Amino acid sequence: MRVNFTVNGRPQEADDVWEGESLLYVLRERLGLPGSKNACEQGECGSCTVRLDGVPVCSCLVAAGQVEGREVVTVEGLAEYAARRSCGTGACEAGACGTDSGGTSLDEARRWSAQGTRGTDSQTGEGTELAPIQQAFIDAGAVQCGFCTPGLLVAADEMLERNPDPTDADIREALSGNLCRCTGYEKIMDAVRLAAARQSEGA
Amino acid sequence: MDFLRPASWEEALAAKAEHPTAVPIAGGTDVMVEINFDHRRPEYLLDLNRIADLYAWEVGEDSVRLGASVPYSRIMEHLRAELPGLALASHTVASPQIRNRGGVGGNLGTASPAGDAHPALLAAGAEVEAESVRGSRRIPIDDFYTGVKRNALAPDELIRAVHIKKADGPQQYAKVGTRNAMVIAVCAFGLALHPETRTVRTGIGSAAPTPVRAAAAEDFLNAALEEGGFWDNGKVITPSVAKQFAELCSAACNPIDDVRGTASYRRHAVGVMARRTLTWTWESYRGTRRTIEGAA
Repeated sequence: MRVNFTVNGRPQEADDVWEGESLLYVLRERLGLPGSKNACEQGECGSCTVRLDGVPVCSCLVAAGQVEGREVVTVEGLAEYAARRSCGTGACEAGACGTDSGGTSLDEARRWSAQGTRGTDSQTGEGTELAPIQQAFIDAGAVQCGFCTPGLLVAADEMLERNPDPTDADIREALSGNLCRCTGYEKIMDAVRLAAARQSEGA
Repeated sequence: MDFLRPASWEEALAAKAEHPTAVPIAGGTDVMVEINFDHRRPEYLLDLNRIADLYAWEVGEDSVRLGASVPYSRIMEHLRAELPGLALASHTVASPQIRNRGGVGGNLGTASPAGDAHPALLAAGAEVEAESVRGSRRIPIDDFYTGVKRNALAPDELIRAVHIKKADGPQQYAKVGTRNAMVIAVCAFGLALHPETRTVRTGIGSAAPTPVRAAAAEDFLNAALEEGGFWDNGKVITPSVAKQFAELCSAACNPIDDVRGTASYRRHAVGVMARRTLTWTWESYRGTRRTIEGAA
């Protein structure tokens, strides 16, 4: 079957989708967006977390056909999504976030890489546009193997949107559906606290 | 496999009548796991996401009509006052991502003995609104669970809503697992005080082939509370009464040994949860009484 939906602000069409296929499979294998990670396939690990109509969900548990006509934001579109949000609140300088670009194209999203052609540096994030939560993860050393990172970024970014001044308990609760097997979560907590602090300074 | 996408409730009923083996999918948190792991290859998937009515709830005089697909996160956020037991139970479901998708209709449809909502529904008192092209009916929650992952639905029926009695007194919910998030209950317990009828209702999860009430324990406690005039005098519950209530709740279990826990552990844990939830709710009831008396 064919599925039409919006990914990172741009309309997309996926063809030859099997009826039992998950949104995660469509994103990774049909649209070429491997940022959302495939691990447990049962909603346990949160590595595949995306926003579906703004709400964080495990994309492995959403049937492809269920996203027809709906809006999905993946980690590849997170920087743009966060920039638009801060523009909406007047927290950014005029035009700095490129509000006229209308989302993230598939090509841009596929090329998204912290070591892309734009001479970027995966250690510092310099040279590529990052969401504040992404920069905070780099600065706090919250990324080790990196596999859980995309899901954590999407979940943490949504929490900061909803709750700009989270307590540690709020952060733990918001990230309780995301498993990390490297860090012991402490650096991740640091990163989210850092992003929250920077957000409140900027506001 | 065919993916059926009804745009309205009537279309969904017609599709289910035409294809009784169609598997309804709403939050997908059970169905998609089975498909991802190749445990299930239904001929038809019946998507209920487009039916807005299933995501709505109405607070009535005596009960809340909760649409089958209202996500747990909405219940936690909006129905804490009316359905405190179910709101607590909702909070123990998996993770934020899962609570954003899953709802009570799915819990009932799957009818796993470990479903988190069941003990709260049993304790509060509820009716399942099931419908087919043949008509609509209300199934009392006590008659709904018929076996392990079996329920009273006919093949052509869909769950439209659940009618849950609004709390008329304190309610509590407890769940045993290895961590707070992302656990299937080893066992769970729901308790509701109903001061208006001077009764106590219970619900036990994951400790019998189906979710069950501890009927003998309820009878014992109702009689003991009545006899001692507790509803009126608001005294602390006698430890021996709480102990016997807990033992009767343990006795209501019919658990198995499995990877999550042994039968004897489950029996013991249900007793502990029964005693604790009784104490918590009763202390809360006494506190409310004191406040009312103080104000008068």
